Amino acid sequence: MTDTTPKIRIRGLKKAFGPKVVLDGVDLDVMGGTSFVVIGGSGTGKSVLLRCILGLITPDAGSIEIDGVDVTTLSPRQREPYMARIGMLFQNGALFDSLSVWENVTFGLVAAARAGHGPRITRAQARAQAGTLLEQVGMDPAVGALSPSELSGGMQKRVGLARAIAARPEILFFDEPTTGLDPIMGAVIDGLIADCVRKLGSTAIAITHDMASAQRIGDRVGMLYEGRMIWQGPPSTLFDSGNPVVDQFTHGRREGPIKVDVRT
Amino acid sequence: MNGILDFIAGLGRAVLDIVRMAGRVALFAAVALSHVVRPPFYWRTLWGTLVEIGYFSLPVVALTALFSGGVIALQSYTGFAQYHAQNAIAGIVILAVTRELGPVLAGLMVAGRVGAAMSAEIGTMRVTDQIDALTTLSTNPIKYLVTPRLVAGTLALPFLVLVADILGVLGGFTVCVMKLDFSASAYITATIASLKVMDVTVGLVKAAIFGFLIALMGCYHGYNSRGGAEGVGAATTAAVVAASILLLTFDYLLTDVFFSQ
Repeated sequence: MTDTTPKIRIRGLKKAFGPKVVLDGVDLDVMGGTSFVVIGGSGTGKSVLLRCILGLITPDAGSIEIDGVDVTTLSPRQREPYMARIGMLFQNGALFDSLSVWENVTFGLVAAARAGHGPRITRAQARAQAGTLLEQVGMDPAVGALSPSELSGGMQKRVGLARAIAARPEILFFDEPTTGLDPIMGAVIDGLIADCVRKLGSTAIAITHDMASAQRIGDRVGMLYEGRMIWQGPPSTLFDSGNPVVDQFTHGRREGPIKVDVRT
Repeated sequence: MNGILDFIAGLGRAVLDIVRMAGRVALFAAVALSHVVRPPFYWRTLWGTLVEIGYFSLPVVALTALFSGGVIALQSYTGFAQYHAQNAIAGIVILAVTRELGPVLAGLMVAGRVGAAMSAEIGTMRVTDQIDALTTLSTNPIKYLVTPRLVAGTLALPFLVLVADILGVLGGFTVCVMKLDFSASAYITATIASLKVMDVTVGLVKAAIFGFLIALMGCYHGYNSRGGAEGVGAATTAAVVAASILLLTFDYLLTDVFFSQ
């Protein structure tokens, strides 16, 4: 691998669910240490793209290279070391209801130790580590004793972020990190994401349809439309991209090349 | 003619669906069981599920067994009294309870209570991305969620059935002695004389298989649920219905294997 090799390189990625083609040949390069934001309307395949990279969905065709290795050709066991280098913040937090907040935060560390991928960690050490991680995302370590159901949406997102960064991953994915949050909390979460990515030196891919969030998080932005990455550019050009599809989307115009199906 | 062909085609599709489903369930079970001998082991999940099934199901199973034993005694009496065969009631109660009522009623109660809960819990985890989150956190979801529940179901139900056997006999004893004026010592003597180790053992074997099937249906339907709250509800219903049908089917098959000679 050279310095010019993208950390994540996707070529010709295709995925269909029955007759519905969701990804129709996506190409994407994300360089190490940078943040890439994928924007696009609901149902355009943003989440499917992330899930393909994570191995949660098997693509129909195409390649997904991480550090030059096509992970789509690996067996689940061969893929494990790559998965251990990835952290993910899910749209709704996806915290485990049956565990306390601190157990959620350190779940990946304990799992990695149990599987022999990480150093051994006692419950006391894990709890202390969870406190440190919660402080990193601006939360009181005492929150660790609570159940996820006792937290607000914004707090759940922060706990999810603490869990995602716990193993200091090389790659971070964020699935609509500000969806469902008020603008101030959205800005707080975006700030935390940008801080965490910068401090860890991680490569990040975020998907969102929140333009303010895209500008705060991304070094580059790309738009997914009709299964393809139709535009990429710096966030500063997001509202003046020169692409009529992107411009209609970012300005939220009803008229334009994007036809919205409003049948009920 | 077209109507007949449509009927046959529909029947064929239904059979294919059943075979396909059976294959998927068998594969799911095989994958889950393959993790029984492969570390890491999730002892906390196993212990939690054992307590959930074995301890928290005790009241409902105990009450069911107690009253069922009493009902068997009462019904047998009304029939047998006509032929002056009341002495056989103790034997009928223990035979019915250890061979059939204990395992089947405990199984159905646990299917309704625990199978539904398993399906709802795992189904909710599926539709809220918690299962995907497990995968991203270096954890095999089947190993973490399904394998401990299958083991716990297999181990806990025989314990519950043992309790159900004792309480079922106690129910029959109580009705016969308190209501029908049987001699307590004669009833106990007749019960011990009719007690066969084989009956109890087969009942416990049935219980272990029922426990496995209940947990398997709960986990399978929950794990494969789709579409939000409605999907979880449908999965829960399917888990309980499938577990109940399988339980009664296997009860017949096992009875045929062990007692048809």
